[in-house]
Amino acid sequence: MLQPGCFLALIAAPIVLGATAVRAADSGIEFSDTLEQRLLACAACHGNQGEGIRRNEYYPRIAGKPAEYLYRQLASFRDGRRTYPLMVYFVRYSSDEYLREVATYYSKLQPPFPTPIPPSATKDVLAHGEALVRKGDPVKGIPACAACHGMALTGMLPGIPGLVGLDPNYLSAQIGAWQRGVRHADEPDCMAKIAAKLNGPDTSAITAYLATQPGAPSTGPVLDTKQKLPTACGSQPR
Amino acid sequence: MNSQSRTRRAVLLGVMLAGTMGTLSDFGLHYAYAQATKATKAQPGPSAARNPAQTDGEYLARAGDCVACHTARGGEPFAGGLEMKTPFGTLYTPNITPDPETGIGKWSPDDFWRALHEGRSRDGSLLYPAFPYPSYTKITRADADAIYGYIWSLKPVRRRNTPHDMQFPYNQRNLLMGWRALYFEPGVFAPRADETPEWNRGAYLVQGLGHCDACHTSRNMLGATVKDKQLAGGLIPLQDWYAPSLTSNREAGLGQWQISDVVALLRTGISNRGVVFGPMAQVVHDSLQYLTESDTQAMAVYLKSFAQSGTPDDPAQIRPTEGQSTASFETGAKIYDTHCKSCHGVGGLGVPPMYPPLANNQAISMEFSVNPIRMVLFGGFPPATRDNPRPFGMPPFGPSLSDQAVADVVTYIRQSWGNRGKAINAAEVAKYRTVPVD
Repeated sequence: MLQPGCFLALIAAPIVLGATAVRAADSGIEFSDTLEQRLLACAACHGNQGEGIRRNEYYPRIAGKPAEYLYRQLASFRDGRRTYPLMVYFVRYSSDEYLREVATYYSKLQPPFPTPIPPSATKDVLAHGEALVRKGDPVKGIPACAACHGMALTGMLPGIPGLVGLDPNYLSAQIGAWQRGVRHADEPDCMAKIAAKLNGPDTSAITAYLATQPGAPSTGPVLDTKQKLPTACGSQPR
Repeated sequence: MNSQSRTRRAVLLGVMLAGTMGTLSDFGLHYAYAQATKATKAQPGPSAARNPAQTDGEYLARAGDCVACHTARGGEPFAGGLEMKTPFGTLYTPNITPDPETGIGKWSPDDFWRALHEGRSRDGSLLYPAFPYPSYTKITRADADAIYGYIWSLKPVRRRNTPHDMQFPYNQRNLLMGWRALYFEPGVFAPRADETPEWNRGAYLVQGLGHCDACHTSRNMLGATVKDKQLAGGLIPLQDWYAPSLTSNREAGLGQWQISDVVALLRTGISNRGVVFGPMAQVVHDSLQYLTESDTQAMAVYLKSFAQSGTPDDPAQIRPTEGQSTASFETGAKIYDTHCKSCHGVGGLGVPPMYPPLANNQAISMEFSVNPIRMVLFGGFPPATRDNPRPFGMPPFGPSLSDQAVADVVTYIRQSWGNRGKAINAAEVAKYRTVPVD
């Protein structure tokens, strides 16, 4: 059944399109004055819905990550706390306002998660990964990933990203970037401290286990339920 | 050491000799100056400035784009520390906030004037011309004082300067005496009586504060801009962008542009004729968007006054002939249909000013092909400006297209709809795939 609002929209649509859209059949141009149109440049690597794309290189899923997290990453590329050259180039002369708008846009998208990759790691490796992700390693002072990234590993509002639906190599590369000091988060940079405690086998086990974890559209980042973080994080001010 | 570097050193040796022969007078002045500054210490601070108009100063500092070089990525504005790679070594820009220990808090208005006008530091030492004093020398004393007043009003930031890392012999600053004898002529801009006030204002901004020729004029072996090629285009060293000629209609020559297009490009970053990317995006973002419409209009009037009129000559090579592949052109047409047409259209007309026209676009067909190749490889966003706060982006096609495919489509665009550029081959694309983009 048509709602009154829909009826109004039907009347308004041609006027809006007339003013803002170009779709001349002979020019081949498809243009609308929308944010989606502006961000076609981003879609080339991250997908139309921000779902991430695997080519020779993996371009991560950004859809559904918390807006605050995404904004901080964009600002970090602009301001030198993160270094991926193409991202730096894209946002270098952008504004806080525009970056926040872009971050909010992607945070609201919920494309389907990819089917988890069948594990190629051994049972022992996966068990080690599961233990670190779920319980951490108290002896080495490594908190459980789930303690901050949520029990479903889909992130926590406002600033902690989900870990599911991402390529294990991408996750390893991020931990490596923190270890090498080329990725930084707001101080106190908790992930830098945690990454410093992980050895190679730990990282491989964690990322292998995470790759087996399914995501679902209903499992976006959870609200911060006053859960006490195991360590102070600048990205998640208390 | 490559041959270019060897030649450069040989030329430099010549300049060193010329320096000792021909610039003894400069050396004498240099020595006398050092002695004189030891004796007289002008007082720092805005009270000593002749015209400490802070608001004007901020505007003029914007026009000079001081912040672009004197700010490190994510650093405090004007606190310096930006790494500047040059063919002669790496420079680190200095802190120009009014901190007395690490900035220019001890500088008097006279010291500041000497830096801009003569290219000398407070202690009399010669400044590297990466600081564009060959342009800033044209700034009036009143404007220099206003900028000084503005800088003095900034929050002092304590950040010790990073020492430069120049290769021998370029780390010997006194060698700059030779360089200066050949390439530097101090002198405030002299208005031309036979031109309008608007033209003169534009010339003052373009030649002085705007230091446009730092990029838009080619540099010789020793990094000096070439006098008889003013604004005739230049390849920006180590950045691998080409700053097009502002005089030749085959490049960004403005003969065929409306004044309003030039003004729009400078103030918003986009126009009906083209869009800024790369280093020019920074210039618009940090500097030009803040200028008044009348000032950008004056710059446009001046630039257009010496632009060629009429149709540009054809370059030597027009259509793919014997040495080139017609197949490349045809493959390029197919790639264009698949990847480019939805934004730039069948006839390359685009959706100006959001998506620039590719038809009859000099930036695409000019002889130096690096810019169009880079655009297809890396795409990008124009700067976010006050009048274009939410720019439209272009996707990078480097990740999905092969070198040959990029060469084909760039060749197609360079040879369609009135464009008459040379064909591109895959090796040229491969060369730019690895350039620093950030």
